[in-house]
Amino acid sequence: MRSKAATALLTMLALGMTAACGGDSGDSDGATSATGPIKVWLSNNPEEIAWGKAMVKEWNAENPDQEVTAQEIPAGQTSEEVIGAAITAGNAPCLVFNTSPAAVPQFQKQGGLVALDEFEGGTDYVESRTGDVAEQYKSPDGQYYQIPWKSNPVMIFYNKDLMKQAGVDPENPPLATHEEFLETSRKIVDSGTAEAAIWPAPTSEFFQSWFDFYPMFAAETGGQQLIEDEEATFDSEEGATVAEFWQTMYDEGLAQKEVYNGDSFADEKAAMAIVGPWAIAVYGESVDWGAAPVPTSSGTSPEETYTFSDAKNIGLYSACENQGTAWEVLKFATSEEQDGKLLEMTGQMPLRDDLQGTYPEYFKEKPEYVDFADQASRTVEVPNVANSIEIWQTFRDAYSESVIFGKASVDESLSQAAEETSDLASQS
Amino acid sequence: MTETVDRTRPARSRSRLAALLGRQPLGIVFSAPYAVFLAVVFAYPLGLAVWMSFHDYFFAAPGVEVERPFVGLENYKAVLGDPAVRESFVNVVEFLLINVPATVLLSLVLASALNGAIRGRTFLRVAYFAPYVTASVALVAVWLFLFSQSGMVNQVLGPLAPDPSWLVNSTLAMPVIATFVTWKQLGFFVLLYLAALQNVPKELYESAASDGAGRLGVFWHVTVPGVRPATTLVLILATITGANLFTEPYLLTNGGGPNGASTTPVLLMYQKGIEQGNPDTAAAIGVILVIGVLLIALVTRKVVERD
Repeated sequence: MRSKAATALLTMLALGMTAACGGDSGDSDGATSATGPIKVWLSNNPEEIAWGKAMVKEWNAENPDQEVTAQEIPAGQTSEEVIGAAITAGNAPCLVFNTSPAAVPQFQKQGGLVALDEFEGGTDYVESRTGDVAEQYKSPDGQYYQIPWKSNPVMIFYNKDLMKQAGVDPENPPLATHEEFLETSRKIVDSGTAEAAIWPAPTSEFFQSWFDFYPMFAAETGGQQLIEDEEATFDSEEGATVAEFWQTMYDEGLAQKEVYNGDSFADEKAAMAIVGPWAIAVYGESVDWGAAPVPTSSGTSPEETYTFSDAKNIGLYSACENQGTAWEVLKFATSEEQDGKLLEMTGQMPLRDDLQGTYPEYFKEKPEYVDFADQASRTVEVPNVANSIEIWQTFRDAYSESVIFGKASVDESLSQAAEETSDLASQS
Repeated sequence: MTETVDRTRPARSRSRLAALLGRQPLGIVFSAPYAVFLAVVFAYPLGLAVWMSFHDYFFAAPGVEVERPFVGLENYKAVLGDPAVRESFVNVVEFLLINVPATVLLSLVLASALNGAIRGRTFLRVAYFAPYVTASVALVAVWLFLFSQSGMVNQVLGPLAPDPSWLVNSTLAMPVIATFVTWKQLGFFVLLYLAALQNVPKELYESAASDGAGRLGVFWHVTVPGVRPATTLVLILATITGANLFTEPYLLTNGGGPNGASTTPVLLMYQKGIEQGNPDTAAAIGVILVIGVLLIALVTRKVVERD
């Protein structure tokens, strides 16, 4: 009797251990259906925290047995570093509502993310919510390791008062073509209205190109990504046109080579800025502003102009024990109702198909957001390829050397960077 | 015969044990916590870094099976073939060539002056030490105010202001950083020299004075040799901290600008290891840096301490 009891105990122990081991190795059936309390991280801007806390409160009220605990993403140089460290340490939360698409390939390589396709209806949910734009967020293995959540399509924001001072029509400043943009910039700087026409950060961080070169490259090419089919696309006529445009801006002092320690647009040191719809809430009260699509060499019509999305997505992390709950929370947080609340509270655009048709009342009440909402349907994301951040750093270094500081020819720098980045993109 | 063997064996064991534990075995107990601390915080990470530098390594989530094959010297070849890495080592050598001699010279001269009976001595000691204990971020904000394009220094210089301005000038960016770091750390090194000066016998100064030596002669023939061990320490510490330069170029020139002119090996390690997820190549840079610093320290010691 005693030996039978011992055998049964050992069998149960062995089964328990097998189950535990199965969980560790990412057994999709077990882990993806487990339910219970989970932790989520929110971005650290006040509007998103307010939305996140309200969303979590609603979820917890309806699901007391699957409580969600939300906290701001811990402090670090960047969110990506913190998340990367948490993945390595095995203490990443279940969901991070601030996952940068550029970091997804790295997190995936670390084994830190769960493919959403593993959940029942996962692929359909992502694609039906976001539409064709979702394709850009698919990983090279054909799976979604992030749900496209919200975008901040960037446009040219301008200060109408400064435009007027510079002798430029404030209601309709000529900014559609590169030539017009340069001429308007010259008027702003030559008249002494502002130190710079526009002041993107001329620094070497890998992500800075998202706010100078990339939006204009997206517009110039009609929606091309920096890397396509593992090949760099910027070593082209369009890439050179955009790079030369910015080179002229720096050479003529229309954009400054030194970083401004503060907000150059708010401080009226620059008359324009490249920003997303978040800027409406930030500058709306203090600046009489206008918005225009990013320029192209030939002056593409606004309804055909592409730009950079500046999206932030949601990742479901493999350290999560209760992935079933995490998936349900993810769907709840990206439901039509919650997306509407996000739009209302933050002014950021949910990555949802037919945004204006889904929330007609919001855009009727706040027409200033319509241009951004329209632009949200024509956005270009960072390419979802291996070595994504190294690729952007390589590009930025070449851009800084040639375009900003004029230490090398633009053509040679772009050519060499294209060779290196294509090589990086083709590595698995 | 048997009796002799029985008596000598325990005696030999005891003597071996005594030799191992030393004359004060209790000392091991007292030193053990720090030895363990060193092993866990310094020795293990250093060993792991060396191991990583010879493997195709990346950080993975626990439980995820990944291959980390031995790649020999591939990571070293990659970093030494990277122009940005080579430039970063040149930049840090430029930094050390400015920072280390300036630190030694200024801290020794200031310590000698502060060791004498001068007015406001306590105030000056505190004044020199204040930047050392102030957060770099706060000090950098002040220096940005001084050295930015429209900063106070350029306004004072007027037409003599450099173009491009200090922090975006590839020739001047590193010297500005070296000056900043020298100024910031001076208080600490002055303190080291002040302590060392207390050990220079006063009789030597008196003898030198009675032999007719002037102020400069006394300084050169008594003070400088008298604080030589401290000079070795200052040189080695300044070299180590200088070689690990990160915060100042990160904040002052926004990550090693302009165009990599103030990038340092540690900044690149951060970029490659943390941002780009290539800790193997970052480790290779780190190992090269450690070897370089050890060589400099060795040469410094040989040169400074020779009779």
